Amino acid sequence: MSAALAVSGLVKRYGAVEALGGVDLEVRESELVGLLGPNGAGKSTLVKIACGLVRPTTGRAEVCGARAGSREARAALGYLAELFRFPGWMTAEELLELHQRLAGSDGGERERVDLLELVGLQDARRRPVEAMSKGMQQRLGIAQALVGSPRLLLLDEPTSALDPVGRRTVRTLLEELQRRGVSVLLNSHLLSEIELVCDRVVILLAGRVVAAGTPTELARPRGVEIETNEGKRTYPEVGRDDLPRLVAELVRDGKSVYGARLLTSTLEDVYVEAVSGETS
Amino acid sequence: MTAIWTIAGYGLREALRRKVFVVVCFLTVAFLALYWLGAHYAFNHVGNVEPPAGVDARTFAGAFLFGMAMFGTLFLGVVLAIFLTLGTVRGDAERALLQPLVVRPVGRSTLLVARFFGAAAVCVPYVLLLYFASMLLTGLEGSWWPDRIVTPGVELAGGVLIVAALSLLGSVFLSSIANGIAIFMIFGAGLVAGLLGNIGHVLNSPGLIHAAKIAAWAIPFEALYQDALRAITEKTSGLTGFLLRLGPFGGAEQGGVGLRLWAVAYIVLVGAVAVAGFARRDL
Repeated sequence: MSAALAVSGLVKRYGAVEALGGVDLEVRESELVGLLGPNGAGKSTLVKIACGLVRPTTGRAEVCGARAGSREARAALGYLAELFRFPGWMTAEELLELHQRLAGSDGGERERVDLLELVGLQDARRRPVEAMSKGMQQRLGIAQALVGSPRLLLLDEPTSALDPVGRRTVRTLLEELQRRGVSVLLNSHLLSEIELVCDRVVILLAGRVVAAGTPTELARPRGVEIETNEGKRTYPEVGRDDLPRLVAELVRDGKSVYGARLLTSTLEDVYVEAVSGETS
Repeated sequence: MTAIWTIAGYGLREALRRKVFVVVCFLTVAFLALYWLGAHYAFNHVGNVEPPAGVDARTFAGAFLFGMAMFGTLFLGVVLAIFLTLGTVRGDAERALLQPLVVRPVGRSTLLVARFFGAAAVCVPYVLLLYFASMLLTGLEGSWWPDRIVTPGVELAGGVLIVAALSLLGSVFLSSIANGIAIFMIFGAGLVAGLLGNIGHVLNSPGLIHAAKIAAWAIPFEALYQDALRAITEKTSGLTGFLLRLGPFGGAEQGGVGLRLWAVAYIVLVGAVAVAGFARRDL
């Protein structure tokens, strides 16, 4: 079975500016991949190429085996843009109905009700978009992206306007989608969110992939922390295998050991290291 | 085909909910009321006017007034067409309204065609309604009826469709405001071309007439308008006919079948350029 999203040697130039400088990336079936990077790293450009809004300068991007931007590719994906707006005069129900028609979905009212329930907007079916809060609009955006049961979901900063409860709702939703076999490319600045839900993480910097792997693969050992009667102390050079020996030595030296913890770098550490502290 | 009707319907519903039609209806009623008032007084005074020899005062008044109403009809139709289409691509993309639609498995060309049909579905009935309402008012007040009843109205509607197509094309490359200004300026240029033709006829200047003709055909809504003006007094001859062919707002000029075919080809051509431009545009 072909990958949900396969990108190779992808280059995009806007005049003299190179937004993407040869990106290779794959999102497999049912996989949830997090895309990280500072502002201007090329994350949104990559997502836009995948959904056919932007044409690549060179390179190849395929969605479920079809060329990105083709009708087949667009039929297989759902997309929520970082900056999006829906017509303010439309109700949530009308918006989903419009997208059902455009997506060729035959889900009817059942699908609309289910999607609105999924994003917690079941009570706002007949509310116009202009009467919704930003968070509600973002959740409606996610429901819109799910119209027609896409195989690949491209989410560009889907939780930027959500409160903590809303973010948790989206996290739960992403886990549910993964169970249903939907592949997701999640572009977000929220590292904790990515770390919690993503199978793999790709970090972009200046249009190039600078780190990629599972959160566990990316995390590096950073020693151990041991709490004794003299307080907490970190041993940066000590690894997992050395821990029993170190604890035994400390006990032998007459110290009372209350706890020992292996230290690994967080995704935030990995990210900051990968982008060399760059913010934009 | 379903996608075309869906998007066209979306455009129509937007116009409806945004109360565009309420404003248009209100202004149209105001326009027709004023026109009726003007026609009423004009025809009441026609009997007291001593026209120059060879001029039929009633025919002149009727055709002149109705010619003005036709200009008003064209102008209002053009305003409507421009406002319905000026932000279709770049304007909607800048407001982030377009992207969620474009990523759906609906071709970009389908989207443009649908928006054109949506605008046409509003503008054509509107222009025809206004045209026939003005004709009815003129006929009832002055007992004057144009020589051709249907053709001029259809040509006016065609002129408005050309402007809608140009506005859609402009929307691919220009922001909403820039596009609106550009299309209104093109519309103005067409009127100037018509006036140049008028002056050329009065001065008997072949160069001026030729320049006006080229300009009118380069933006054929003007040529259609001139042909429509000609058609309403097609059978009027003599001095009355000569005077009427000079105005108002652009001389009456014969376009014929060639013009109508060119108008259709022009819309297709403009549409093709718009589709090609949209297909290459990053959003």
